[in-house]
Amino acid sequence: MENVLHMLKNRGIAFKLIVLVILSSALIFLIIFGFNYYSTRTMIEKNMKESSENIALATVNRIETELRSVQKIPENIAYFLEHTDFTRERLLQVLRIVVENNQEIYGATIAFEPYAFNKKLRQFAPYFYKSKGTIKFEYLADNYEYFNWDWYQIPKELNSPEWSEPYFDEGAGNIIMATYSVPFYRNVGGEKQFMGIVTSDVSLEWLREIVSSINVLETGYGFLISKNGTIVTHPAKDLIMNETIFGVAEERGDTKLREIGRRMIKGESGFVPYKSIVHNKPCWMYYAPIPSSNWSLAVIFPLEEFTEDIGHLNRIVIFLGITGILLLSSAVVLNTRSITKQLREMSKAAERIGTGNLETELPPVKSGDEVGKLASAFHYMRTALKEYIEKLTETTAAKERIESELKIASEIQTGILPKKFPPFPDRTEFDIFATIKPAKEVGGDFYDFFFIDNDHLCFVIADVSGKGIPAALFMAVTRTLMKAVAAPGTTPGELLTKVNEELCIGNESNMFVTVFCGIMNIKTGEVSYTNAGHNPPLIMRKDNDVTWLEGGKNIIAGAVELFAYKTENFILQAGDRLFMYTDGVTEAMNELEDQFTSERLKKEIIDLQAKTIQEIVAGITERVVSFTNGAPQSDDITIMIVEFKG
Amino acid sequence: MIKATLESFTEKHTKLIIEILLLIFIILFSHQKASAEVTFKKATFIPQWSPQGQFAGYYVAYEKGIYKKYGIDLTILKGGPDSPPGEYLEKGKADFATIWLSTAIQKRSEGIKLVNIGQVVQRSAMMLVAKKARGINKPRDINGKKVGLWGEEYQIQPRAFFKKYNLKVKTIPQSFSVNLFLRDGVDVASATWYNEYHTIINSGIDPEELTTFFFYDYDLNFPEDGIYTLEKNFKKDPSLCCAFTRASIEGWLYAFDHPDEALEIVLKYMSSAKIPANKIHQKYMLGKMKDIIIPEDAGIPVGMLLKSDFLRVAEEMRVNGFIKEIPEFESFYGKCLTHAEK
Repeated sequence: MENVLHMLKNRGIAFKLIVLVILSSALIFLIIFGFNYYSTRTMIEKNMKESSENIALATVNRIETELRSVQKIPENIAYFLEHTDFTRERLLQVLRIVVENNQEIYGATIAFEPYAFNKKLRQFAPYFYKSKGTIKFEYLADNYEYFNWDWYQIPKELNSPEWSEPYFDEGAGNIIMATYSVPFYRNVGGEKQFMGIVTSDVSLEWLREIVSSINVLETGYGFLISKNGTIVTHPAKDLIMNETIFGVAEERGDTKLREIGRRMIKGESGFVPYKSIVHNKPCWMYYAPIPSSNWSLAVIFPLEEFTEDIGHLNRIVIFLGITGILLLSSAVVLNTRSITKQLREMSKAAERIGTGNLETELPPVKSGDEVGKLASAFHYMRTALKEYIEKLTETTAAKERIESELKIASEIQTGILPKKFPPFPDRTEFDIFATIKPAKEVGGDFYDFFFIDNDHLCFVIADVSGKGIPAALFMAVTRTLMKAVAAPGTTPGELLTKVNEELCIGNESNMFVTVFCGIMNIKTGEVSYTNAGHNPPLIMRKDNDVTWLEGGKNIIAGAVELFAYKTENFILQAGDRLFMYTDGVTEAMNELEDQFTSERLKKEIIDLQAKTIQEIVAGITERVVSFTNGAPQSDDITIMIVEFKG
Repeated sequence: MIKATLESFTEKHTKLIIEILLLIFIILFSHQKASAEVTFKKATFIPQWSPQGQFAGYYVAYEKGIYKKYGIDLTILKGGPDSPPGEYLEKGKADFATIWLSTAIQKRSEGIKLVNIGQVVQRSAMMLVAKKARGINKPRDINGKKVGLWGEEYQIQPRAFFKKYNLKVKTIPQSFSVNLFLRDGVDVASATWYNEYHTIINSGIDPEELTTFFFYDYDLNFPEDGIYTLEKNFKKDPSLCCAFTRASIEGWLYAFDHPDEALEIVLKYMSSAKIPANKIHQKYMLGKMKDIIIPEDAGIPVGMLLKSDFLRVAEEMRVNGFIKEIPEFESFYGKCLTHAEK
C-alpha cells in the first residue's frame, strides 16, 4: 500500500484520478454486484422453494383425492359385509358391479378366512377382473393359497386397510397397479373376529400421468416413491418399479440421498439440495408425503436453470459495470487531460513569466470552472504584474533621479566644506583638521572655519535636524548665514543670535540646527564660544587632561526667534586641542543597537592623546566604524579638532 | 397382483407345452445333422427360483458356452414358486435341478432317490432379521414375538434355533416379500443374506437398526443350493452328470471373475422372465453368492459336500422330526469332483 501511495505521489493528476476513479467505482460496483447477486439468489431460492412446495402440495392433493375416492369402494363393501347378511349371489353381484362401474378398478375380490364363509370351504375368494375389455370371474382358491400373500396378510396382521406396494400388471397391459385391501370383521359371541379382506386392484396410470406432468423449467421433474422407497414414477424409465431410492443411493454411494429417502418414507416433508438422478446435476428437491398410502412425492428443481438466469443477469450486470467503468475512465481521462493540459500550459507560462517574459502567451480562458478561474487569475496576474513592473520602473527611475540629484546635492554640500588640510599652511599658530563621513542619506552635518579678521579664526560644527534635502538645504542656509553674519568683532553669541533670527524667519517646517561656534584668537589662544544645543566638545590639554567643555547651554538655533545667545570663553594653552563632533559619533550604533556613547568617546580620546590631530580623527573614525561592526550608518559622522600651537 | 399371478400360471403352462413341442420338433429335424457335428448330450436344468443372481453361475455357463464345451446341449427351464424342482426331477421334467441340502435329504428319506452331484453353496445364507426398535437385540428377545417363517423346508433351521434358545414364538407364514416385516406386521422375518436382507436395507432401514441372526453363527450351518439329479440318471450317465456339475462350477468361477458381465446376463434372464430387474440388488446378490459359495474360512473345494455338513443337517432334521432316518451319505452324494479327477 505504501508503495502504491508512493508510486501515486509522483504521478500526474490524470493518472491519480483514473486510478482512484477506477478503483473506487470498481469497488462500488463489486459491492452492488455482490449484494445484487446474493439477494437475487436468496429471492430465487425462496421463490423456488415456495413454488416447489406449491407444486408438490397441489399434486399431493390431487393424488390424495383420487386415492381416497378409490378407497371408498372396498371400504363400503367391507361395511356392507360387516352389517348385512349376504348370500353368495349377492356377493358376486356386488363385486361384479364394482368392477364394471368403476373405470379405475381393474379387479376386486372378497377373500375369506378359512371356513369363515362356509364351514365346509377352507378357501373362498370370488374374484372379478377386467381382461381385454371383458369382465372375467374366478375363484382364487382354485390356484393358490391366498392367506400368505401380502394383500391379504398385511392388512390382516395390522388390522387396518393398507395399500400394497405398487406393481406392474402384465395381464392388464403392463400398467402400474396397486391393491387396496380392507379387512372386515364380524361380531362372534361379543368378540370382533377377523373374517377376511376386501380388495380392489387400482390402476395407477392416472398417478403416473399426474406426476409426469410436473414440469419445472426445462429439466425439472417430479417422481414418486412407494412406502418401501420403490420408484413408482420417474423420468428415468429403467428405475420404475425396478429400483428403490435406496438402491440408487447405494449405486451412487450417496449417503445423503439415502437419508433423504428415509425422511421421505417416514412421511416427512422438506426442501433439500439434491443431485438429479436423470442428469446428475445439482438441484433442489421438495418432498411431501401422500398420507393415505404413505407414498412420497418429490419435485426436483434444477438449480442450474435458476442460476443460469442469475448467471445471465450477472453477465449483463458485469458487462454493464465494466462498460460503465470504462466510459467513466475515458471521461475522466478526457476531462483531466483538458484540465491538466491547461494546468501544464499555465505552469509553463508561469515559468516563462518567472524568467521575466511578461509578454508570453497565456492559455486562453475556456471555462468558468476552477481551472478557468485560475487561467483568468493568471491573465489578471500577468496584467497586474506588467502594470506594477511598469510603475515600479517609473518609480525606480524617479527615485534614482532623485537619489542621483540628492547625491549631487550631497556632493555639492560636502564640496562646499573646506577639504584642504592644512587649510592655512602659512599659519603656524594653530592646526585644524576636520572630516565628515556622510551617512547614506543626505544629512545635515557640517563644519566650517574661516578667519574673521587676521587674528581670529571662526570654527563651526553643526548638525541640522532631520535628513535629506531639507536638512541639506537648511545646513547650506545655516552655513551661508554663519559666514555672512561673521564680521570682525562679533562674538559667537552675537553671531548665533543673528543667524538664529534669520533661520527663524520663514522656518515653516520647524527645522533647527545644533551649532557649536567658536572664535579663537590665534595669538593668544583665547577662545570665545557659543554652544547652541550641540554636543559638548572635549578640551584636550597638553598635560593629558581631557575635559568636557560644559559651558552655559543655549537653545538650538532656528527654534526660538529673538533668543540672545551667550558667549563664553576659555583659553587654550599651546598644545591644547579642542575636539568637536556631532552626535553621529556618540550615537553610532552597532547591530545590538548599543550606542558608542560620550564616555567611550572620552576614553578613546584619552587613549589617542599622544597622536596628531589627523591621527586622532582617523583613530576615532576607525573605532566608531569598528564599533558599529558593519551596521548601517544612520547619521553623518563629523569630527573637527583645533589645536593651538602658540 | 392376484391377476398377475394367475396369468403367469396359465402362461407358464402354455409356454412349457410349446417348449416341449419345440424340443420334439428339434429332435426330429436335427437328427440327420447331429451325426455330422460334435454330438451333444441333451439335458434340462431347473433352478429352484426365478432368475436372479442366486443362479448366475448356470446362466453364465450357458451364455458363455461352457455347457457346450462339456458336451451338453442344455435347456434352462424357468424356475419359480410354481415349479418345485424336486417335483420336476421326480416327474422327469428336468434332468438337473438346484435344491437345498435339507430339502434333498428330506426327499431322499421320503424315498425320492435324489443324488447330490455338487454342493454349490457351502455357507448358509439363512438368517432371521429383527428391528432393534422392537426391542430385539439377542436370541432371547425373540421369545413371544411374531416371527415370519417361509414354507416347511425353510423352517428347519429357525425351529432348531428356537429350540436351542427355548423360544416360544408366534409364527406367521411369510410370503415372498418382506413387506409384512417392513410394515411391522411381524417382529422377526426370515431372510437370506443375499436377497431379503438387502431388500430390507434398500427399503430404507439402516443395518444399524437391525439385529441379524445368521444360523451359520449359531452352529446351524446348513449348506444350501446343491445340484441334484435322480439316482437312475446318475447311474445311467455319470459322466454327463459330472460334466454338468463341472461346467456349472466353471460358470460360477467365471461369473465371480467377471461380475459386470455376469450381472448383465442375469438381468437379461430376469427381464425375459418379466421380473423386476433390480440391478443394484442383483449386483449385491452376486457378491454375496461368492461369499457363500467360496467362503474364505472354509477351505473346501468348490462344489464338494462334506460328510460332516451332511450329517449335521440330517441329524438336526431327524431330531426335529423332519425325517425318521438319516439317509446313507455314500449313496446320497455323487462324488462328481473325485469322479472327475479319476
